[in-house]
Amino acid sequence: MEYRNTLTTCTYCGCGCNLFLESLDGRLTGTIPCKTFPVNEGKLCIKGWNAHQFVQSEKRLKKPLMRKNGELTEVSWDEALDFAASKLKEIKQANGSDSVGFCSSAKVTNEENYLMQKFARAGVGTNNIDHCARL
Amino acid sequence: MAGLAASFGSGVMTNSTSELEESDAIFIIGSNTTSSHPLVATRIFRAIEKGAKVLVADPRKNQIADLAHLYVRHKPGTDVALLNGIMKVILDKGLEDKKFIAKSTEDFEVFKKQIDTVSIEKTSQITGVSVEEIQAIAEAYGKAERGSIVYCMGITQHTNGVNNVKSLANLSMLTGNIGRVGTGVNPLRGQNNVQGACDMGGLPNVYTGYQPVTLGPANKKFAEAWGVDELPTNIGLTIPELMHGIEKEEVKALWIMGENPVVSDPDANHVVKALEKIELLIVQDIFLTSTAKLAHVVLPGVSFAEKDGTFVNTERRVSRVRKAVEPVGDSRQDWQIIMDISNRFGFEMAYDSPEAVFNEITELTPSYAGITYERIEGPGIQWPCPSLEHPGTPFLHKDGKFTRGKGLFHAIESKPPAEVVDDEYPFWMTTGRVYAHYHTGTMTRNSKALDNEVPEGFLEIHPEDAKSLDIGDGHKIKMASRRGEIETRITITDRVKKGVVFMPFHFEEAKVNKLTNPAYDPIAKIPELKVCAVKLAKV
Repeated sequence: MEYRNTLTTCTYCGCGCNLFLESLDGRLTGTIPCKTFPVNEGKLCIKGWNAHQFVQSEKRLKKPLMRKNGELTEVSWDEALDFAASKLKEIKQANGSDSVGFCSSAKVTNEENYLMQKFARAGVGTNNIDHCARL
Repeated sequence: MAGLAASFGSGVMTNSTSELEESDAIFIIGSNTTSSHPLVATRIFRAIEKGAKVLVADPRKNQIADLAHLYVRHKPGTDVALLNGIMKVILDKGLEDKKFIAKSTEDFEVFKKQIDTVSIEKTSQITGVSVEEIQAIAEAYGKAERGSIVYCMGITQHTNGVNNVKSLANLSMLTGNIGRVGTGVNPLRGQNNVQGACDMGGLPNVYTGYQPVTLGPANKKFAEAWGVDELPTNIGLTIPELMHGIEKEEVKALWIMGENPVVSDPDANHVVKALEKIELLIVQDIFLTSTAKLAHVVLPGVSFAEKDGTFVNTERRVSRVRKAVEPVGDSRQDWQIIMDISNRFGFEMAYDSPEAVFNEITELTPSYAGITYERIEGPGIQWPCPSLEHPGTPFLHKDGKFTRGKGLFHAIESKPPAEVVDDEYPFWMTTGRVYAHYHTGTMTRNSKALDNEVPEGFLEIHPEDAKSLDIGDGHKIKMASRRGEIETRITITDRVKKGVVFMPFHFEEAKVNKLTNPAYDPIAKIPELKVCAVKLAKV
């Protein structure tokens, strides 16, 4: 059996507490608050203590889906990505760059937000990018 | 954030969470701190133990109000009136910091002229807060050596949200409570990486580090770094404007990553209609959210536990996210999904890790220039951090030297919310959060322990209102606004005032955002989620 602790930052609110994700044989089993992190100093709230729970939910999306005959249907990554990219290109060419919009996210990492706005601006050529900072 | 940027030159939390312990007066307005930011609330508890005075103003008597030395319940949407009243008292009693005002601020005279027109008695009428209580807040905060202001969505989610924030900035400058440990104006950011999403240019008007997209040196710098001839210089569309654009058939494609606007956005029926109409909807998420169900293509990303990267917390602290387990099923790293689409689209991206992306960010972003993965192995670094030797910045605007030079006072007049109660819709309705849930519930409602705590939505209503409607605790009620109707159970409580009801927005099946008003602040484009008019009927 392999037991591991991985130090990371909580995914819930803006406090930004650090916690250890406990895993046993590659499955998350719990969280432990980080004592040395200046924000939470060894404490967590009810969400932080349970931050591992949704990760292995049965309802997680496991495969790309595409709408076919009105229904969302499992497809391969290649099919999903080809469709998304070619359709984006087609719409941009037909209607101009500003006919495309992007919502980046307060849930994903900095690196991922950076790449999305880079693609929007340099790839598609639009500043139509926002996220739900206002909500 | 636009309000703070206009006043101080920087639209972020000015001080650090831990500094609240050093404050001797903490004024909390529009923040349900114990539910929404529990580990900030911990610092406020410690401050109370050390003798700090805690002042809370909120239309709903939340948990932190129970611990306050003084709690006032102002009517929804009357924040500016209350703050102007407080500042009027401070000026009348000579509690302002004349030296600080003279040395470090500008436009004080314009501001003072406006405050001179304020009458405390009239303020009391508008807000429903007594003259004595207004005076007590003014004295406690005005006399503090180190006064701190804490606010959240209760201040910003209004059609005059920017003015609310500017008023708080006025209050801090008026008393010199800025630029020192334990002071400042401290907006608590709601989501774990909302600060990071803003810092990274996930906004229609700026690149990373708030560098403007309009024609200028930043536009040129980014075009060069990204290897394109030119970058667009027109300011893009915000989310409400994008939805509007879809209806007008000007926006034809939308790529949504990790957001669920169908539950989180105001006037939800309207959002659904727009998304059903669009030619291409790409949704990248970890669950099949209500938004994903409308998509043409759904791309499974991974959760925080399955990825490497960085988040930025409310106090500007950049810290590491580390992969603990392998992604479930065939889900894929979100940064790789973006790269995959970009490369297929014809814009080449070749990064071998999130760290490689981060290094490009720091090269292009002066406030992040000194941050590396190696340097944030421990407690993280608070930006601005301009060089590798720089330790980071726990509090901004030190010694009255504001990011914009001098702090700018604004003369702000109070105005009523966009929608007010009338005979047909006689109740004020306000929305918020509960301790066990997070935003649209995508994660927390899929966590057993959290779902058990608060399994369904509810409406808080005052005992007298419940009595006059002839409904008992836990009974069902129909609630309608001009935009829609929902059914929900009620909780009878005096946390809300007579004539005001409160409902959390986490629950898809009792979707309160079908009712909320999409009217938004003209500058920040934040919708007025905190105030609308509703009617109630027994089911």
